[in-house]
Amino acid sequence: MRIILQRLGLGLITLLVVSIVIFVAVNMLPGDFAQVILGQGATEEASAAIRESLELDKSLTARYFSWLGKLLTLDLGTSFAQLNFASNMGGAGTVTVAEQIAPRLGNTLFLAGVTAAIAVPVSVMLGVLAALYRNTPFDRAVNIFSLTSISSPEFFLAYVLILLLAVLNPILQPLSNINSDMSFGEKLEKTLLPALTLTLVVMAHMMRMTRAAIINLLASPYIEMARLKGMSPMRVIVRHALPNALAPIINVIALNLAYLITGVVVVEVVFVYPGIGQLFVDSVKIRDIPVVQACCLIFAAAYILLNLTADILSILSNPRLRHPK
Amino acid sequence: MTEARDLLLKIRDLRIEGRSDEDWFPIINGVDLDLHKGEVLGLIGESGAGKSTIGLAAMGYTRDGVRISGGSVEFDGIDLVNAPARVKRGLLGRRIAYVAQSAAASFNPAHRLIDQHVEAPVQHGVSGRSDSIADGTELYRKLRLPNPDEIGFRYPHQVSGGQLQRAMTAMAMACRPDLIIFDEPTTALDVTTQIEVLAAIRQIVQEFDTAAIYITHDLAVVAQMADRIKVLLRGDEVEEADTRTMLSAPKEDYTKSLWAVRSFERTEKPLAGADEVPVVSVRGVTAAYGDTPVLHDVSFDIHAGRTVAVVGESGSGKSTTARCITGLLPPLEGEVLFNGQVLPADYRKRTKDQLRQAQMIYQMADTALNPRRTIGQIIGRPVQFYSGLHGLRLRDRVNELLDQIELDPDTFYHRLPSELSGGQKQRVGIARALAAEPEFIICDEVTSALDQLVAEGILRLLARLQDELGLSYMFITHDLATVRAIADEVVVMKDGRVVEQGGKTEMFHPPHHAYTDLLLSSVPEMDPDWLDRLLAQRGVDNIGDAAVDKM
Repeated sequence: MRIILQRLGLGLITLLVVSIVIFVAVNMLPGDFAQVILGQGATEEASAAIRESLELDKSLTARYFSWLGKLLTLDLGTSFAQLNFASNMGGAGTVTVAEQIAPRLGNTLFLAGVTAAIAVPVSVMLGVLAALYRNTPFDRAVNIFSLTSISSPEFFLAYVLILLLAVLNPILQPLSNINSDMSFGEKLEKTLLPALTLTLVVMAHMMRMTRAAIINLLASPYIEMARLKGMSPMRVIVRHALPNALAPIINVIALNLAYLITGVVVVEVVFVYPGIGQLFVDSVKIRDIPVVQACCLIFAAAYILLNLTADILSILSNPRLRHPK
Repeated sequence: MTEARDLLLKIRDLRIEGRSDEDWFPIINGVDLDLHKGEVLGLIGESGAGKSTIGLAAMGYTRDGVRISGGSVEFDGIDLVNAPARVKRGLLGRRIAYVAQSAAASFNPAHRLIDQHVEAPVQHGVSGRSDSIADGTELYRKLRLPNPDEIGFRYPHQVSGGQLQRAMTAMAMACRPDLIIFDEPTTALDVTTQIEVLAAIRQIVQEFDTAAIYITHDLAVVAQMADRIKVLLRGDEVEEADTRTMLSAPKEDYTKSLWAVRSFERTEKPLAGADEVPVVSVRGVTAAYGDTPVLHDVSFDIHAGRTVAVVGESGSGKSTTARCITGLLPPLEGEVLFNGQVLPADYRKRTKDQLRQAQMIYQMADTALNPRRTIGQIIGRPVQFYSGLHGLRLRDRVNELLDQIELDPDTFYHRLPSELSGGQKQRVGIARALAAEPEFIICDEVTSALDQLVAEGILRLLARLQDELGLSYMFITHDLATVRAIADEVVVMKDGRVVEQGGKTEMFHPPHHAYTDLLLSSVPEMDPDWLDRLLAQRGVDNIGDAAVDKM
């Protein structure tokens, strides 16, 4: 329990550091929101007016702390684009960053969830089978397949899948423009192609770690003991090796799930999937700092939470920690 | 017990090869072996003799990188060399069972003992789960495990080594096999634990009339367990005879040399004068790991040129005392004096010269030497650190040290630890300690991982170095034969306290402290009747850990 609280505390500190790094980094980008919005026709006065209304004229530290203060009250602020729009239109109908991000984040989590539901069981199973039939053609085939898929660019995999599963054999929908009015089934159907693409991307790590972690244990005396008790090779691996190999596998799964939440812009673009990645990239383009900050914080939090979950699950998978002497 | 009974296991001209890179080299060169029902055969020899390999081959099993290249293994008429894997799996665990050296490593850490116990009977369809749980509990009771009804529901890490070894014997018995292979089942245990396990194994093997192959390097142990003994040397059979004949009249020279190992004994040096300042003086040391107290008011002196053996079971605080002396674990109370000067408690606060004075030699030479450094680098590093020598003079000093440990400098300087045998590695460990030119060396179980002949060589070397260099040794060991061989004084520890200390001769003669007496009486002797006699004298409940617990 103390370990978990410690990790949580460390996670919060990490978040804080990340927020500073992001804040500084984004502000060091050449140009700012005013220049981007006004484009070629920017005059000194117009830029200054926009900067003043967005408080961009204040010092970096002052802006950081005002943002941090709001954050503590769970106020992510309002995007520059929205503020600018509102000040031109008379202050009505602004949408906060939280409201902007929420549906996008929901979609991203949905995609990550569907992908994980396919990728995790499949890769652990393939890993177990590869360990069982190690150094056979099956093992090699699985390895070559997963390495090929992880080495190919995501957009390439995406187009190959579209070609195979949507164009040549129209089973799945090539466009994943889901919205909140759709039923779960519809959403699921539209999400399958990007989920399959991402499965191909993340599978290799998990599968290879499962295989390696199991094979690593096969020289252990207790594995020899299980064999000498006349247990079948499958039982030796699933019942005797796998439970002891869980910790590294869980950690790799957590890293890959975090990747699914934070790093899937390309796949979102290819499938027109309204996830958080596109919003993030768009916001960087126009230097919309509140949105960028919020996205970064969510990404960092996702990493930290998933790793924390992995740590807790690793602890639970270890009888030494679960049942102290 | 050599009356004509049915032949159970017949091995003829067994040849086994192991792979090293691309080449196959022989491990076993044509060994024959007969085992009848209900008979116990002892296989003895040094490490590398092929004992375990034969034991596993008797189950039709070879480890990775090992193959049976010729000969036959027949178990009850079934050819185990050529039998398909499925047939062998049907026999393993059901009719042939295995008890491994380290029960702690051979029980799966992820499952409860009883779940592992019932696996073989349930998977082989011998009995149902609830029946075999009941039977397991009964076996635990027979093997005198504490809380037999409850102990099976613990995980391996919650149970002590000796108890695990008995639980593993119970597991081997789960399907009432015809044959059990015992592969050094007591080697890793303390003497007081070993005797309990030996008594338990013998009783249950006799009760169920199980045939067994008992593999060990300890003659005194095999004398208690086996009906017949077969001696092996580098994959060849040296001789075979029934236990009593073998012990009283070994024919071959090699066997005789094995029997003679225990003869090395140094004469005890006279006690140091009362006014002499001891090299190391431990005074009232109390220490703890976190909140767990480990040492309680430990005091003893080590005088110049003398060897103090610190004996006791694992967990008695021997190595922790060493850690307090070297400053790795600052004591809570008490102090360590070196030539009358108080040493800073923490090694980080000691001067280079203070650090130099106390060196360590470790039990596992394998893990104590950096596998990626050559022998020359390993020994040269402390020479450079403490004496600041460079270049040729450094090389000369290392060569000199190699000469001292009786290894040829030209051959060994550029070798890696992996290219050395266990005894040679331990010699390098000694040279590394000598490199600092210390007055005092802590030897932590330095011979317990070695074969007896090799161990004797190490002891003789340490004795010679002591005479030549005037070293003082603190000799941590649980092996009383080692104590008898090398010690001048003995400190007996139990549960972090010194229970008795004195000169060696004095310690080996009664009257003793009850615990010292128990330790001494638990060392197996080369007499096949020793265990019977001891059991008759004391009763099963007054030997080993059971007796310790009563104290």
